[in-house]
Amino acid sequence: MNKTIKRAGPPLLLLAPSILLIGVFVYGLIGANFRTSLTDGNTAAQATGQQPSATVWFENYFTLLGSEAFQHSLKNLFLYTAVFLAGTMIMGFLWAWMLDKPIRGEGIFRSVYLFPMAVSFVASGVVWRWLLNSNQGESASGLNRLFQMMGLDFLQNNWWNNVSVGIVAIAVPAIWQLSGYVMALFLAGFRGIPDELREAARMDGATEWKLYRYVLFPQLSPIALSALIIIGHMSLKAFDLIMSISKPANYQTKVPAVDMYVFKSSFEYANAAAVGSILLVIVALVIVPYLIRTNRKEH
Amino acid sequence: MRVNRRTSAMVAGVAILGLTLAACGDSGNEGGDSPEAGGDSASEVEVFTWWAAGSEKAGLDALVGEFNAQHPDIEFINGAVAGGAGSAAKDLLQSRLQANDPPDTFQAHAGLELQDYINAAQIEDVSDLYDEFDLREAFPADLIDRITQDGAIYSIPSNIHRANVVWANPTVLEDNGIDPAKEYTSLDEWFTDLDTLQDAGVTPLSVATTWTQVHLLETTLLASLGADAYNGLWDGSTDWEGAEVTAALEDFEQLMSYTNTDRDGLDWPEATQLVIDGQAGYNVMGDWAVAAFEEQDKVLGTDFVAFPVPGTDGVFDFLADSFTLPVGAPHPDGAKAWLQTVGSLEGQTAFNQAKGSIPARTDANPADFSEYQQTAIESFGQDTIVSSLAHGAATPVATLNAVSDATSKFTTGASDVATFQSELAAANAG
Repeated sequence: MNKTIKRAGPPLLLLAPSILLIGVFVYGLIGANFRTSLTDGNTAAQATGQQPSATVWFENYFTLLGSEAFQHSLKNLFLYTAVFLAGTMIMGFLWAWMLDKPIRGEGIFRSVYLFPMAVSFVASGVVWRWLLNSNQGESASGLNRLFQMMGLDFLQNNWWNNVSVGIVAIAVPAIWQLSGYVMALFLAGFRGIPDELREAARMDGATEWKLYRYVLFPQLSPIALSALIIIGHMSLKAFDLIMSISKPANYQTKVPAVDMYVFKSSFEYANAAAVGSILLVIVALVIVPYLIRTNRKEH
Repeated sequence: MRVNRRTSAMVAGVAILGLTLAACGDSGNEGGDSPEAGGDSASEVEVFTWWAAGSEKAGLDALVGEFNAQHPDIEFINGAVAGGAGSAAKDLLQSRLQANDPPDTFQAHAGLELQDYINAAQIEDVSDLYDEFDLREAFPADLIDRITQDGAIYSIPSNIHRANVVWANPTVLEDNGIDPAKEYTSLDEWFTDLDTLQDAGVTPLSVATTWTQVHLLETTLLASLGADAYNGLWDGSTDWEGAEVTAALEDFEQLMSYTNTDRDGLDWPEATQLVIDGQAGYNVMGDWAVAAFEEQDKVLGTDFVAFPVPGTDGVFDFLADSFTLPVGAPHPDGAKAWLQTVGSLEGQTAFNQAKGSIPARTDANPADFSEYQQTAIESFGQDTIVSSLAHGAATPVATLNAVSDATSKFTTGASDVATFQSELAAANAG
């Protein structure tokens, strides 16, 4: 007994602060959030305890998921995530593939592609709001004006103000910002593959395509998965970029995170908490299988 | 080994102790601030506003000047929070009130926007201050009625704004054969001129993001229904599902068809700027817009004209900034002194001269104010006063949010008039 304490005590003590902090501020608050989401506390009076709140279990969830407005938000979120993921993966991979060839000034290109990531979403959002101005014809500005100057008038569109797929326009700046990061990941992946493997494959008569298909891609797949998870969870939490390009009340660009903000501002804490829990579950669906997989590999 | 273990245990202990102390230190500061430092509840006053820039800041500075003259022993502490047309301030205020750490007084729109704070028992009834400062006679009876909730008044208005104003660029109008001095009696007459501008390829009416569209909606409802039926929308005597409302919403649909396509990305200054720059003919905005024109040295009558939204002549669609007395304010006497200055003739005159709005008091001397303000003061004295929807006077925040959602959905084209109407009805049913 005494021995166990002596052996496990100090490490436990060392870990205690972070266990305590994470326990309270992450898991404790997730629990508190979930409890709030099960109540009917959707008024200011209930928020301060002037009036009691009753437990209504999953009623808020049913109402939310059944409402057309929230379904619209969810649809926007999945559309945004799909385009954002596809865009960053394709661009990131292409850039990495090109930079993998020995070219002059690789460092410069690498920095140029990576730089947008250093800009905050809020700052780039302000610029992109102007670029994605939805005026067409005479009063056009931003990208629409650029299309006119290049004689590509037919490309003009109303960007994020399209009511069904407007959210995709907001994925464009997100792709612009994060592709460089995916490129860096893939580039590291390419560099991690020893030259001997390529040489061996070529010796065996593999074509360039076969070399990629059977030698390089399999070795890149863990990197691709990490990139998917990182970009995917960022995308599901999308909030700042949307808020700085559009406005919280704009129907065409609503996503759950924006709904949560609007609910919170009108004292509908239970609904806000329910949206938070739904987002957590969606993100967990992406991340938990990944964690299980990596955990298994390590053992 | 032994020493090592002991050292590591000590390090861990120190780390825990440090964290605990840090946590205690924080909470100690927050709570302990006022009683120790203040002692006397009239030593200082923290005034929480979102007046951090432009004409709003100038107004606040003028009001503080007057406050220092009236109450030289009370220290003024500026709690202004910038950003998002007040939304950043409201967010912070909400969490401070929630944590029982209220400022001594905070800015809020007078009217039903206060309902949430009242229900949450976060602000005090200040009716007796109205008697103490003789404010019941100083403010118009209509206004007192509009801000009385269940027999009690919860804030003291510092200024009045008018929401139902059309701003127009006379050059654009004349170029297209429209007389800028023309007086419209109904929306239909106005539509004719809007059509003319539309055909000429000018943006007839500029509008910005959702809240300005709700602002336009409210003035359209007022124009189409008239003041009595408009008031009835908020007390339940006008049916939201009725045919008159349908007609009003059709008018709104038509008005929106005249507006700029990039509206959802703009805020009001950019929409008003379109009129100033001659890129749009008209803009419907509250009379804070006059500051935007004056800052650019535009002169009322020659460079821009202003008139009530067609169909709302004789009606004053009001919104007011006001100050409250939060429950548990650390310096209640300081706050009362501030409220006295806010309600006083000198305070209102100084504040509104700088901010561009008009005093809520009827005894202010119009000659102290600018040309536009004089017309607004005159209207405020004689017109029927109704409450603004978009600016929190007519409904609680949750209703306004639901109305905004429905409006945004409608103006982006995701719903038709019938759906819009039923969503508005649902929003106002609570």
